[in-house]
Formats: sequence, C-alpha cells, structure tokens
Amino acid sequence: MEATVKKPKKLKLKTARRDQYKRYTRSKAGNFFYTLFLLIMGLYSILPMFYTIITSFKPLDELLVFPPRFFVIRPTTSNYSVLPSLLDNLSVPLSKYIFNSLFVSIVTTILHVIVASMAAFVLSKTNIKFKGLIFAIVQFSLLYNAYTLEVPRYLIYSGLHMIDTYWIYILPNIPASMGVFLMKQFMDANVPDPLIEAARIDGASTVRTFWQIVMPVVKPAWLTLSLFEFVGMWTVTPTGTIFSENLKTLPYAASTIVAGGLTRQGAAMAVAVIMMIPPIIVYLVSQRSVTQTMSSSGIK
Amino acid sequence: MENTSNMSDLALRIKRNSKKEKRKQNLTYYIMLAPFLILFIIFTVAPVISSVVLSFFDYDAVSAPKFIGLDNYMRMFLEDDIFPKALSNTMVFAIITGPIGFFLAFMLAWMVNEFGPTTRTILSFLFYSPTLAGNIYFVWQILFSGDSYGYINSLLISVGLITEPVQWLKDPSYALTIIIIVQLWLSLGVSFLANISGLQSANPELYEAGAIDGIKNRWHELWYITIPSMKSIIMFSVVMQIQGAFSVSAVPIALCGFPSVNYSTETIVTLITDVGGTRYEMGYAAAISVVLFILMALTKELLGKLVDLAGR
Repeated sequence: MEATVKKPKKLKLKTARRDQYKRYTRSKAGNFFYTLFLLIMGLYSILPMFYTIITSFKPLDELLVFPPRFFVIRPTTSNYSVLPSLLDNLSVPLSKYIFNSLFVSIVTTILHVIVASMAAFVLSKTNIKFKGLIFAIVQFSLLYNAYTLEVPRYLIYSGLHMIDTYWIYILPNIPASMGVFLMKQFMDANVPDPLIEAARIDGASTVRTFWQIVMPVVKPAWLTLSLFEFVGMWTVTPTGTIFSENLKTLPYAASTIVAGGLTRQGAAMAVAVIMMIPPIIVYLVSQRSVTQTMSSSGIK
Repeated sequence: MENTSNMSDLALRIKRNSKKEKRKQNLTYYIMLAPFLILFIIFTVAPVISSVVLSFFDYDAVSAPKFIGLDNYMRMFLEDDIFPKALSNTMVFAIITGPIGFFLAFMLAWMVNEFGPTTRTILSFLFYSPTLAGNIYFVWQILFSGDSYGYINSLLISVGLITEPVQWLKDPSYALTIIIIVQLWLSLGVSFLANISGLQSANPELYEAGAIDGIKNRWHELWYITIPSMKSIIMFSVVMQIQGAFSVSAVPIALCGFPSVNYSTETIVTLITDVGGTRYEMGYAAAISVVLFILMALTKELLGKLVDLAGR
C-alpha cells in the first residue's frame, strides 16, 4: 500500500533533480548578493591573469606612461614578434625546451595518477596490514616543510646517480603525497563497499575491479588530479640538480627573457601568456570530461 | 549420509580455495601498493627522518655533523630574536588565511556547482586562474607598487583619497594585510577544484531521500546532506589549507623582499630559507622545521575532530 503511494512521488522528485539549482528558491535580495559576491570574487581571482594578457599587447610607450593605465589603447603584437630574437643567444633551440617541458609534464602526470590511484585503492578498499599507519604517514608528510628536505633529497639523488638526468623531474614527483590523499578521499566518499563486493562475486579480478569499476566512478577525481600535477610540473624548475642545457625546461628559457629589466616588461608578459596556454588547454579538456561523465553516467 | 560427506567435502574445497584465493588477492594488493610505497619511502620518508635526526646536530653542509642534543631547540626558543617574530607572523597568517581560504573555497564551489555546465566551467576557470597562470603574483607587486606608478596609488591619488603615494609593501601596517590578500588569491585554486569535483560526484539519491525526509531549505540540505557526504573531501581541503597557511613564504619574499624591512613579514618558512639557504645552518633549519611540523600536525588533529562533528 505504502509502496504504491511512494512511487509517483519519487518520479516527480527525479524530474525536479534535473534542474537542481531551481529547487530551493532564493529571495530577490539574496539573489542580488549571491551574484555580487561571485562577481567580486571572480574579478579578484582573474585580475592578475587579465592584467598580464592586456599588458602583453601594450607598446613600450604605454608601458611607461604616467599615470599608469590599466587598459591598452593601441594594441601591438611586437612583444610577441620580438621573442625569437631574444631567444637567439640560447645555446639550445627553443623546441628542445618545449619538448623537455611537455615530456616531463606528461610522463610524470600519467605515472603519478596511475601509481597514486592504485595505492589509494589498496588503502581505501582492502584490509591489508598497516594500511592505517601508511595512510597517516602520507597525510602527515604533506605537512613537513619541503625546503628542509632539499639537502637529504640531494644526497639521495646523487646516491642514485639521478643528478642531471630526466629522472630528477620524474621519479621524485611520482609518489607525491597529495595524489594518494586526494584519490583515497574520493574513493572513501564515492565508491561504496558493496560495489566492490558485487564485482568480486561476479568474478572480476582485483585489477579489473580497480580499472573498470573504481576508476570510472572517481573519474572527476583523477581528471582533477591530472590537472593539478600537469600544472605543477609545467612550472617546475629544479635547483642545483640539472646542469645540462639540453635537459632544461621552458620556465628556465622564460626566466632568461624576464631577467631583462623594464624595457623587457612587455616581452616578459608575452612569455607569461604563452606559458599559460598548455595549462589552460589541459584545464578545459579535463573539466569538460568531468562535466560529460557526470551528465552521461547512470551508475550513481 | 553420502550426501552430507559430499557437502562437507565441497565446503572444505571452497574454504581451501578461498584461502588460496585470499593469499593471491593480498599479493595483488601489495603489488599495486609497491610502486608508490617504494618511491615514497625513498623520496619522502627517508629525507624526513634524516631531517628530524639532523635537528639534533650542528651541520653546515660541508664539515661532518656534530651531535649537540637539544641545543638547536634551546637556541630557537631562548636566544633567537627573530623566531618569536616569525612565529607570531606565521600564526597571524595561518589563523586568517587558513579558515577564510577554506570557507571561500567551499562556499564558492557550492555556489558555482548550482549553475549549468557552461557557466560552471567559466566560473571555475575564474577561480582556478591564479593556479593556471603560473607564478604571476609579481602582478600584485606592480598593482601595489610604492611609487605613484603603482596602480592602487595612482587610482587613489586621482580619486583624491590620498595625496602622496603609500609604501604599501614597506609599511608593516599594510604589508601583512596585502600578503594575506595575495596568499588567499594564490591558495584558492586547489581546494576549490577538489570541492567542485566532490560536489559533482555526490550521490543524487541522497538528495532525493533528503527531500522526502523533510529537508526544508538549501542551508538544511548543505548541513545535513552535502557536508556529511563530503567529509573526506573536506578533510583533504583542510589539510591542503593547513599546508598553505602555515607555509606562507613565496609571496612575502616576492612582494616585500628577503629579508623584509624590520622582519615585518618574516614567517617561519622564510626564516628556514634564511637559516638553511643563506647561513647554511642545516641542523638549526631542521629543528625549526620539526617545530613547525608539530604545530601543523596538532592543528590537523584538532580540525579533524571538528570536521567529524559537522552535520550532526
């Protein structure tokens, strides 16, 4: 009796869910402050990026004008066209720096996400010994000052003969604690234990359960983690561990341009804008797939 | 009779098989954990342990370390004039930027999540742009520059609010505030995006059940459904905020110089950078790091208890 009453009610709510943001209405004043708050916060966040982009199109006289003007009046691309000549004195072609940056960022991101996800799966969904202890160490290691670790790390790098090789970029960044922490928290919150149990009863192997059941459910998490890791790796500049010019990455080449003083300010801004492009592309791709997974998946 | 013996035989076989299976399964688990665990021990655990050990030594990175017991710690609390200043600045930054950063990241994610996919992607882009743009906090230095070329000074002079340029980054009474503004700007991204992903992975059935159970408004929904179902992601965000808020250093160094005028924006981490990087007193730098770690770990434990209480 009760069940028959309940059914239509639930259906109605499901349609309401489709436009969830309209379910509970706000007052007009509430709406106004809500929009205002988002607007102010958005402006505050984007301002430096916006300023960098605008300034990269300013001609020299507008860069030095008094009083300073925020917007550009006569936009020019000369700050960009001058870049190749500024890079002439580098002993290695620019393409090598670009290759190095893309190579270490992509390889490290992929390895980090896979290694961290596997470890997070074991720590979140199994009963192996010491998993509580391991996870506690992972969390607390995030709180230890990274700068102080540079000397012991340097000794380890040199002991493993990693100095001045690509390994310096890749190996130490694979076990970054944040990845395991993020993935485990998402698996705890969004992968119900009965789902794992059901997969096991159906005869799925552990690896298959991880790869085909758990990973699709936490896709927003690993896409976001890929973004974090790529953005982090893209701007990484090792200190005292890379000496060969042909192993250096793009931020290094960029810093040689930026070090040119006030007249180079426009060129420095142009470099900053170019450096933003790959992270922005990765952001757009990853966030688009997050949205698509959410709207297409029926697993929830 | 025969039937029962067959049954127990079967049960025994299943039991034996499951035991064997279990061992095989455990092996798979260890293999999956191994790549992380091995690299983590080499590149994180071992350096942390050696750093803690080093904090009891006098070590200049050149000559052999000399054991000096608790001298580094005694020196920090009893002799060092700058440490108390760095500690109090760090606490001010942590107490202000930590909670504000956390609440901003959560509330913005919650608000943005209610929009459709396109608006959501655009708004998320705005809030994540500080991280995407790389280390462009030097832009804030141009905006707050102390001469009349600085945008803020120029704007305030033209409006008539001030007549002479203000030394925003040199005057201690402004410098702390400006660093808090820039630090908040910088730290918003990671927590914001983690929260957004968490909100989007939330189970819709929970909200349906909540509506049936008599959730009346959005605040009820937030408190009784959203927050409890996101506790583990909130905990992630809390830890990342602690990490950021207690480690403020790159922003004051870039904006206010190193060391800053009268140490007005000196923090524990800028002190560590100074002691370790400029003066090569590695043992002392390690001791300061240990104290900072204890401070952060206690904060994490305390906030973990608070997060547990939410939604009850």
